[in-house]
Amino acid sequence: MGLMEKFFGLSWGIHPEDHKRPAADAATRTMPVPERLYVSLSQHLGAPARPAVLVGQKVRKGDKLADPQGAVSAAIHAPTSGTVAAIGEIPAPHPSGLPVLAITLDSDGKDEWTELEGCTDPFALEPAEISRRVAAAGVVGLGGATFPSALKLSLSQKSKVSTLIMNGGECEPYLSCDDRLMRDAAADIVDGIRLMLHATGATEALVGIEDNKPEAIAAMTEAARPYAEVSVRPVPARYPMGSEKQLILVLTGKEIPADGRPGDVGVVVHNVGTARAVHEAIRHGRPLVSRLVTVNGACVAQPGNIFVPVGTLVEEVLAFAGGLQGAPARLIMGGPMMGMSLPHARVPVVKGTSGILALDAAQVAERAQEPCIRCASCVRACPIGLLPLEMARHIQASDLKGAVGVGLKDCIACGCCAYVCPSQIPLVQYFAHAKGEMAAQDRAKLRAEATKKMAQARSDRLEREAREKAEMAARRKAERAAAAAATAATAPTPSSTAVAEGAQA
Amino acid sequence: MLAAILSLTVLGAILGLVLGIAGRLLAVATNPIVDELEALLPGTNCGQCGFPGCSGAAAAIADGSAAPTCCPPGGKAVAAALAEKLGLSLDLSGMADDGPKLAVIAEDLCIGCCRCIKSCPTDAILGAPKQIHNVLKEACTGCAACVDHCPTEAVLMQPVPVTLQHWVMPKPMAA
Amino acid sequence: MSELVLLLISTALVNNVVLIKFLGLCPAMGVSKSMDSALGMGMATTFVLTLASAASWSLEHWLLVPMELQFLRILTFILVIASVVQFTEMFIKKASPGLYQSLGIYLPLITTNCAVLGVALLNVQQGYGFFWSVAYGFGSALGFTLVLMIFAGLRERIALARVPGAFTGAPIAFVTISLLALAFMGFSGLNV
Repeated sequence: MGLMEKFFGLSWGIHPEDHKRPAADAATRTMPVPERLYVSLSQHLGAPARPAVLVGQKVRKGDKLADPQGAVSAAIHAPTSGTVAAIGEIPAPHPSGLPVLAITLDSDGKDEWTELEGCTDPFALEPAEISRRVAAAGVVGLGGATFPSALKLSLSQKSKVSTLIMNGGECEPYLSCDDRLMRDAAADIVDGIRLMLHATGATEALVGIEDNKPEAIAAMTEAARPYAEVSVRPVPARYPMGSEKQLILVLTGKEIPADGRPGDVGVVVHNVGTARAVHEAIRHGRPLVSRLVTVNGACVAQPGNIFVPVGTLVEEVLAFAGGLQGAPARLIMGGPMMGMSLPHARVPVVKGTSGILALDAAQVAERAQEPCIRCASCVRACPIGLLPLEMARHIQASDLKGAVGVGLKDCIACGCCAYVCPSQIPLVQYFAHAKGEMAAQDRAKLRAEATKKMAQARSDRLEREAREKAEMAARRKAERAAAAAATAATAPTPSSTAVAEGAQA
Repeated sequence: MLAAILSLTVLGAILGLVLGIAGRLLAVATNPIVDELEALLPGTNCGQCGFPGCSGAAAAIADGSAAPTCCPPGGKAVAAALAEKLGLSLDLSGMADDGPKLAVIAEDLCIGCCRCIKSCPTDAILGAPKQIHNVLKEACTGCAACVDHCPTEAVLMQPVPVTLQHWVMPKPMAA
Repeated sequence: MSELVLLLISTALVNNVVLIKFLGLCPAMGVSKSMDSALGMGMATTFVLTLASAASWSLEHWLLVPMELQFLRILTFILVIASVVQFTEMFIKKASPGLYQSLGIYLPLITTNCAVLGVALLNVQQGYGFFWSVAYGFGSALGFTLVLMIFAGLRERIALARVPGAFTGAPIAFVTISLLALAFMGFSGLNV
């Protein structure tokens, strides 16, 4: 951090009203398993998982439902015991409302665990073995990005990171699931952190917690006291403190290069919720089948934090939280800044669901969009130091190259710019659109290359077939010639042939 | 009068000579833009442009006898890339481009004649004589070369379905 | 020295080729859609104008004046400048393909366009010596490049702005360049 920031505080980001209480102070509840669960096969970053069960098959809680597929993927397990009712498409928890493949599981009401393989002395295990067990438990980053954790652990071991940063920032307004988890399960989290230190080979762990969560800081400090390598560091409450780049900058003073990764500066960041999932996976052998979800917003009767089995419909979670008061103006999965607006409530909870928000019209505060007045509020708010107004202008004119030229690729889509915009311009939607378009262009390029390869393979094949045909014809001809020569050689004399012919005639 | 004619003639002759010699001495082999254009084309040699394959189309585009918009499977994206390479400004609004397409075989019409299989430039159609054929979605480039070969009109071109992986957030409306 | 600076200021700003003398408007409108091509065009024009000034001075003082053929000025200037530029283009193409890519492709565009010929003719009328003639040509070209760059920068921004339908494209560019010309009129107040 520069001198200016030392004296005048952080210059980037915003400080929205956090709306975390009273939901954060309400005791954690556990939701009973619903009759039917819809377990999406795309709950993580990367390729969807491949189903490993058949329709009608009986499974117990924790049995594997789907195998990871490809380099970046994660396994998926049964959130309860019961019967596989269907494998098919259901509406995805996504703003588009498009379908996603899912395994529908009918609960038998017993909620009976399968045989679990725990471990009493995990520190005796090889680091690679810990990664393997984390992968087998289907653990993904619970902060929202849902990157497969095992992959992150083994990658950081390879790139020799020195510092493990635990993200307890939870800078999004309304959300308090990490806060609640740190208050309730601090010891588990610290154990998970130590396991992750062991798995990555990092020497120290810094737990960054925003200073608007004093109870969580106290609980975590207490739990981490016996372990010198784990230290709890309160950080100023400021959105987007929970963004990887920002948290690393504040805690270590290291800035990640534009197209770099945290590993480039010897750091790896995990969410505190992930640490607990790792603890569960290693100590008890329990796969990731449920998670703590914040249910909040003015339309929720009893806001709070609820343990929800993965695959429960949002509708049922809202009903468990006392039902809705009035029709929500907007239904959001995740936080209000970076979460996804849901088309309806009949979509399942996935591993990355940190919150379900039912906001009323006052909280959404939607106003008509007005033209840009070039006030540069967005420039001041941008935590990366980009020019959101310029990027949006380029995207508006469909000039993606120009937008990339002013830093589109570095945008973390935190939404600070759109939040501060006095003209209510949906800046972050512009960036999401442009990033989607760029991804589509990249896909088209890959496709064109693949097409070229296939066309080449075909012409090679045709050539080969023609050659083989010609060779075959030549061989046959040669054989015929040889056969003819052989008959000519065996035939004793021309006269005898003539006799033979005469006899035939 | 004579001085004027003479001096201009001499000046012109000298300059002409110098340029002529320079043209010989400083000749540079022009870079083969045809290869660059061909690299931009899909490379399936589907023949929808009316030229013998993508290299023929590239040559025609390079010498100006074909428009950069002549490649239907490439669509607007390829046309824009070609125009940029040639330094042309192009009005793409007139170009029909209703998004990428995929060939689909209507199973109740397919008689298993294998004609479409032979016409596919990427070997994307699977099948055997008297068996219903099928299109491999991943390999189909939507060039429509197979459509005309089907005797029962069982090959249809359908838009590529939008999936979660392909979905792009729509551009917000400007104020 | 100060005289040289004054000459450059007066040719580049006060008597700007494009905005005051209205010469070379075609490249100013045509090659000003992006800063990159504007810079390339500007550099190519600077090169040609400087060369053309030298060539036209030599032609005037060594051929036309001794033989009293001043009435052939336009004809011979076009002939010589065009040939010199053609030769230069060939040479650059052979000697430096990189330079040719960024600069050479603009050279055929300006083989004696109105700015090049106009400056050469005005130059001769001033009755300068050889060095001052070349400086005059160079200064004019600097002014040309400056205007082209400013204009291209403005147009790059206008391309992103939402312009009323009837004004999109060339109309808004003409409005912009006329405002730019008004601004440059301010330089005529400079007492040089």
